[in-house]
Amino acid sequence: MSQSYAEEGASAAALADTPDETADPVLSVRDLEVEFPTPLGVVGALNGVTFDVPRGKVLGIVGESGCGKSVTARAILQIIEKPGRITGGTITLRGQDTQTEITKLGPDSARMRALRGREIAMIFQEPMRSLNPVHTIGAQIAEAVLLHQTRDRKQAHERAVEILRQVGMPHPEAVATSYPHQLSGGMRQRAMIAMALSCNPGLLIADEPTTALDVTTEAQILELIRDVRDRSGMSVMFITHSMGVVAQLCDEVIVMYLGRIVERGSVDDLFHDPKHPYTQALLRSIPRIGGDRKVPLEVIEGSVPDPHTRVAGCPFHPRCPQAIPGRCDTAFPGRSTAGPGHTVHCHLHDDDAAGHTEPGEDA
Amino acid sequence: MSEPLLEVTGLRKHFPVRGGFLRRRVGEIKAVDGVDLTVHRGETVALVGESGCGKSTTGRAILRLEAPTAGEVVFHHPEHGPVHLESADARTLRAVRPHLQMVFQDPFASLDSRMTVGGIVAEPLVINKAATGQELKDRVAELLTLVGLRPEHANRYPHAFSGGQRQRICIARALALDPDLIVCDEAVSALDVSVQAQILNLLEDLQRRLGLAYLFISHDLAAVEHIADRVVVMYVGKIVESGPVEQIYTAPRHPYTEALLAAVPQPDPRVRTRPKLLTGDVPSPASPPGGCYFHPRCPHAQPVCATEAPEVRSVGDGHLSACHFADALPLAGATAAARPPATPAAQANS
Ligand SMILES: Nc1ncnc2c1ncn2[C@@H]1O[C@H](COP(=O)(O)OP(=O)(O)OP(=O)(O)O)[C@@H](O)[C@H]1O
Ligand SMILES: Nc1ncnc2c1ncn2[C@@H]1O[C@H](COP(=O)(O)OP(=O)(O)OP(=O)(O)O)[C@@H](O)[C@H]1O
Ligand code: SF4
Ligand code: SF4
Ligand SMILES: [Mg+2]
Ligand SMILES: [Mg+2]
Repeated sequence: MSQSYAEEGASAAALADTPDETADPVLSVRDLEVEFPTPLGVVGALNGVTFDVPRGKVLGIVGESGCGKSVTARAILQIIEKPGRITGGTITLRGQDTQTEITKLGPDSARMRALRGREIAMIFQEPMRSLNPVHTIGAQIAEAVLLHQTRDRKQAHERAVEILRQVGMPHPEAVATSYPHQLSGGMRQRAMIAMALSCNPGLLIADEPTTALDVTTEAQILELIRDVRDRSGMSVMFITHSMGVVAQLCDEVIVMYLGRIVERGSVDDLFHDPKHPYTQALLRSIPRIGGDRKVPLEVIEGSVPDPHTRVAGCPFHPRCPQAIPGRCDTAFPGRSTAGPGHTVHCHLHDDDAAGHTEPGEDA
Repeated sequence: MSEPLLEVTGLRKHFPVRGGFLRRRVGEIKAVDGVDLTVHRGETVALVGESGCGKSTTGRAILRLEAPTAGEVVFHHPEHGPVHLESADARTLRAVRPHLQMVFQDPFASLDSRMTVGGIVAEPLVINKAATGQELKDRVAELLTLVGLRPEHANRYPHAFSGGQRQRICIARALALDPDLIVCDEAVSALDVSVQAQILNLLEDLQRRLGLAYLFISHDLAAVEHIADRVVVMYVGKIVESGPVEQIYTAPRHPYTEALLAAVPQPDPRVRTRPKLLTGDVPSPASPPGGCYFHPRCPHAQPVCATEAPEVRSVGDGHLSACHFADALPLAGATAAARPPATPAAQANS
């Protein structure tokens, strides 16, 4: 298959360099590959993903369902569902003066368990997945505090109420003694965020935390995340489907397609100067308030291919209106620089004046 | 405006709250509490509001999937004239059902995985003895083509299709008996952005070609603005505002509508809004507050709002609001989002 040599080339190049012009990333992911063996064949969920999470900023991750957003998040915490596994690449967590190579730690090792929750916390779309139905909210947060911070039960409980107050929970004392089912959806989501923040993690990974919520509650949660970032300098990786949420919350954005990153840039670059045909199409397909209602929405023709089939060349070529025959369907495009901190994988930009294609990456 | 297709007046649906050892009736959830709405032939009416405000229950009570507690639901049958659905007997309902269809949020749950796509789309035709043999096959092929699938897809099973394709199958099935009205309950909410656009376009295209009317239930206010002719805003089982889509979005006359519009995240980082956040939660429909249900969260509330429930009244042409101060408050509409720059891709497409 023609895809294989292009991929090997890409791995070698990506391992060698730092792709983003972030001086001080909190997390570096290099050429990450994740596979799921299934009865129908191997699903390549991530096919060489390279990015940095800038310290103290919100990095948004967008892309079509199944493109690998959640798998990326789960790989960082080494909680990929079996039989899925990391088959290549590195993930490095960078503290102020320490470095931890996560990919070298065993998923069940003491160090990995200590890292989860304390240094990297995660929140999910459904709070009920992380909240235990038989314990009160206060007890659950206190338990997390006891695990990582203090051994004093009374102090832990006080800290739990304090955190609930910080996330803007109404009546924090009463909520601390409530069970998850007694709270509304928005309050549960707040409780989960409170739990995630209880140990002052350096990195918060949020996987569609507002997708199931009303816009009114979503706005409250976004405000809460901005507030914590500003106060504690926490870094955030925010996965979402909503281009509106990205525009309102994120500093930088990664666009994924079929297990690959196709474009990365500041939120302003991505919305006002998108380079990749997929990013451009995505932005034009969303209904906008105040838009011309008589004009049909622009659509991306076709659909995402079945995860079991490997697409040779650029993963977007079967749907791309600008695909270059003989080129886009054979070689995966290397990374070109479109501007400071703005990179794109697309043959249309192979010879951009400002940028260059990594040698070897383009095979 | 064309003739009314569906007229709903004073629709109520109350659920009993049972409690204690004997599961006695200890209260009532007034999920839908006096809803009036009209859908005309060929138009799209959107029903919006926060989770739990009674949108789905309204849709289900209209279609008699749930018996209404009170109120009238009149469907204007193209041949038989007005039919009272709320009191219709089983035979009448069977005769009317083909005209009224529903499409749900979850295209994964609403398809039987053991049936072929052809079988799923044919089922309503078979049950209603509308077609057999070759005619049935032809009709299924026609329906699949209509929703952008291919006739040969009839032999496959739903699991082989993507979310957007499955929603197309659901729509094909809903179209099988030539309905006049389709209730779309969050029909695009679970879909990807780009797939959502395909389905919204499909719904509009089908409306133009077949003269369908939609009751479009959604909490996505950008999608609603795109597809709806009129918008109905619900809060805790009641309608707080309704009117033509442009008026609702540019000049809302109820503080709740204003708050909903302000919370929509605009897809433009240069228009960063920090909306005045609504505080508190939606009250439970089992124990709503006195006076105006919105008063504990309303930034414009006055003492009278806590004691007197506002009446629904006209505030303009076809525009209704239930707020004591609908005429006095300077309410802001939605901020319009800028279009993205024209791209070569777009030009190539058009
Ligand atoms: N447990 C699993 N078994 C097999 N394949 C899996 C599993 N989990 C994920 N995958 C595959 O990995 C790919 C990426 O999935 P992932 O969940 O990361 O997508 P996503 O971008 O988060 O999508 P969504 O927006 O729908 O959440 C998909 O092709 C998916 O089919
Ligand atoms: N079968 C039932 N028994 C008791 N209460 C019910 C029942 N169905 C709905 N309710 C209640 O009625 C209210 C309205 O529910 P409904 O599902 O109509 O809301 P919705 O507006 O569709 O919300 P969402 O946006 O979350 O779908 C809610 O408080 C709900 O808990
Ligand atoms: S590399 Fe080719 S197919 Fe891929 S996005 Fe660019 S132009 Fe389209
Ligand atoms: S009646 Fe009063 S509380 Fe209700 S929406 Fe109007 S101003 Fe607000
Ligand atoms: Mg996911
Ligand atoms: Mg509903």
